[in-house]
Amino acid sequence: MSPELGRFALALACVFALAQAILPVLGARRRDRRLMALAPGLALGQLIALVASFLCLVNAAVTNDFSVANILENSSVTKPLLYKITGVWGNHEGSILLWALILGICGAAVAAFGRNLPSALRARVIGVLGGVAAGFELFCLTTSDPFDRVWPAPLDGQGMNPLLQDPGLAFHPPILYTGYVGFAVPFAFAIAALMEGRVDAAWGRWVRPWAVAAWCFLTCGIALGSWWSYYVLGWGGYWFWDPVENASLIPWLSGTALMHSAIVVEKREALKIWTVLLAIGTFSFSLSGTFLVRSGILNSVHAFAQDPARGIFILALLGLVIGGSLALFAWRAPSLTSGGLFAPVSREGSLVLNNILLCSICAVVLTGTMYPPFMSLLFGKTISVGKPFFDAATIPLAIPLFTFMGFGPMLPWKRAQLWPVLRRLWVAALATLAAFAVTVIGLSGVLPILCATMAVWIIGSSLTDIAGRLALFRVSFSQSIQRAKSLPRSAFGAALAHIGVGVSVLGLAVMSQAQHKIVEVHVGQKEELAGYEWTLTDVRTVPGPNYMAMVATIEIHHNGHLVTVMHPSKRSFNAQNQTTTEVSIHTNGLADLYGVIGDKHGPDSNPTYVLRLHYNPLAPWMWFGALIMAMGGALSLSDRRMRVGAPRRAPAPDVVAAE
Amino acid sequence: MSSEQTPPDGQNTVTRRRLLLGVPLLGGAGICGVAFWKMLAGMQTGSFNPHDINAPVTGRPVPDFTLPDQTPGTGFATADLKTLTKPVLINFFASWCIPCIAEMEALLALQKQLPIWGVAYKDKPENAAGLLKHAGNPYARIGSDRDGRVAIDWGVSGVPESFLIAPGGMIVWHSAAGLDSPEVRDSLKNALKAVSG
Repeated sequence: MSPELGRFALALACVFALAQAILPVLGARRRDRRLMALAPGLALGQLIALVASFLCLVNAAVTNDFSVANILENSSVTKPLLYKITGVWGNHEGSILLWALILGICGAAVAAFGRNLPSALRARVIGVLGGVAAGFELFCLTTSDPFDRVWPAPLDGQGMNPLLQDPGLAFHPPILYTGYVGFAVPFAFAIAALMEGRVDAAWGRWVRPWAVAAWCFLTCGIALGSWWSYYVLGWGGYWFWDPVENASLIPWLSGTALMHSAIVVEKREALKIWTVLLAIGTFSFSLSGTFLVRSGILNSVHAFAQDPARGIFILALLGLVIGGSLALFAWRAPSLTSGGLFAPVSREGSLVLNNILLCSICAVVLTGTMYPPFMSLLFGKTISVGKPFFDAATIPLAIPLFTFMGFGPMLPWKRAQLWPVLRRLWVAALATLAAFAVTVIGLSGVLPILCATMAVWIIGSSLTDIAGRLALFRVSFSQSIQRAKSLPRSAFGAALAHIGVGVSVLGLAVMSQAQHKIVEVHVGQKEELAGYEWTLTDVRTVPGPNYMAMVATIEIHHNGHLVTVMHPSKRSFNAQNQTTTEVSIHTNGLADLYGVIGDKHGPDSNPTYVLRLHYNPLAPWMWFGALIMAMGGALSLSDRRMRVGAPRRAPAPDVVAAE
Repeated sequence: MSSEQTPPDGQNTVTRRRLLLGVPLLGGAGICGVAFWKMLAGMQTGSFNPHDINAPVTGRPVPDFTLPDQTPGTGFATADLKTLTKPVLINFFASWCIPCIAEMEALLALQKQLPIWGVAYKDKPENAAGLLKHAGNPYARIGSDRDGRVAIDWGVSGVPESFLIAPGGMIVWHSAAGLDSPEVRDSLKNALKAVSG
């Protein structure tokens, strides 16, 4: 398991990927079954080589092989085993290898689960994935080799940024990357469909599970990253509209649109060209996000080792992937035949609206993110675009989206009447009105009030939708259970995901009312915040394995009762000459009490300590809602129709593209 | 290419649609690509730096701004600095800033050789006026930068901060340290000599 073996395996994977990109596609073009049949084997071979390569790097990290530059720069003997393993992807080189590995897994998954795909389509999808993988593996081999050696090898490594030594962040990159890379599969399906010149209902049904799966991972990844910044960075914030965060939000928004428009392709054979474009766009956004962050063009608080030379390689790769796919799209999409017609007020109509609004939000976020570098390039002006712009520009687009989310899923296909649907939602409407009354009293600010109200509307109408489908309270309970059993799981999944959105939005809206205060206190001094009495009772110094910690004890009383005792601490790492704050959070599900200890001032005989105290109402709901969304996605993935019921394609005049 | 998929209304429609889809998409992607390439190339030569806060430190003209009056002086704007005939020192200060108060004595001594224009940074007008009443007023003109926005354009990282403006409005010298330090004063004197010729 030497690093050289790892590099060799990576090169082997690259060769497999190149073969995978060329041979099956050629086979599909020549209708050569033998060449097409190579696709699954090549994809599997590539995966095995990548796993071997990745294991070599993990092995080097675990066995403290500091002759490997990447391990030397990011690890040390005293680092706990968990972080030695997860540290492999905590840096640029390792994370690109992880990208390639996940892409390899996607290719092998299409090979394994795509047995019922037409062989030409499967060959092309696997081929496109191979092409993308080859690009990334070449990038890894040429400009960011994780297996580079240093000589002489030092005795100990330079260690890892202590901020990154956290379980939340350890698993954040693989989940997020699975989301990013997962959208490569819908992308590959889109390219394959363009090559074939054919998009139909079956195509929509094959693409959708992949889009949903990638979306679930991306949702979890974004939520995990946001949660990490909330409890590790220690300033009570959860989303900073930082370019790196936006780079994950943009594909999430377009991916959400894709997931919805694929339904229209599947059910009604409409919006085909648009769905293909969204599939290309979503993956392009994932790729460009990586490029912008890794090349250092976007100024972010997330520091990656930035290197413009790498940037040029990724830019070339991006040009090839995005430019090539858009050119193919422009050439082939006009000849795709359009499908079913529908009235503006219909399920299709509401999904079109969903797409328009989601893509508008996506465009706003994209503009806000790209504005500073473009201004700097064109006019030499440095500006920064932050929370005020994003809040003001996205929320007014999000509120109509939330409104239509409520009754869109209840509209029938093709042509619908608005009034009967709205009449069925009277309970949800009443709940929304009540919520409005409560929020007007309880919350301050127009946008939080509107958002919280719409959140109740989304949850209420999703519940009404499910209750209506089960005919709850109209038929006997056992009959409703029967109905629930026959109702497709994807219907539950969609409602659950929508409820998740409602829970998150409610959390975000109420969280805007968070209170905090920064105080400098002596031991024993009391402070009042949000009706709670916070008392600093003790501060002591405790040694840790590779740091010294200053641990505070804060007692929190409410109406004379002890609520909790929290121990926020501040750790000083000597090796990196760095300090981290360990936030202490007490949650009761409805609000977080959040305490941070800062600097020590004054003489040792009578010191004062800076405390930062937060009261964050409904904070846990933001991430809990994201989890519900992902669970909804997973539930709809478990739907039988998505897994096995893929229909046979209607006999086509020519499945393989004509020359 | 795909003759089977060509709609019956002819090749012309398809060509038009291809252009309709292709030109904006590829054009947009192409423009972005070229821009990114320029950024990367600029980052390598140093002419483009996204991490630069773009403070007009030295060798750049003064930024565009207008400052209202701060008692006991009158405010000033970009045009006043561009039409200078003699060098002027711009000094950002605040009444809440201890190093600024420590610097006042040095400024009072300096104003005999070089006119000093002050900018009250993120300060209440009455507090700034109070400071100048107690410590003495070294400033020929004083503007009030109540919300600190002008200071952002100047790239001020904290008070006190001083800029030497040559006739014509070019920033020729800059210090983020107080002028009460003899080294800073020497450096300013050298810069002043170079400007005066």
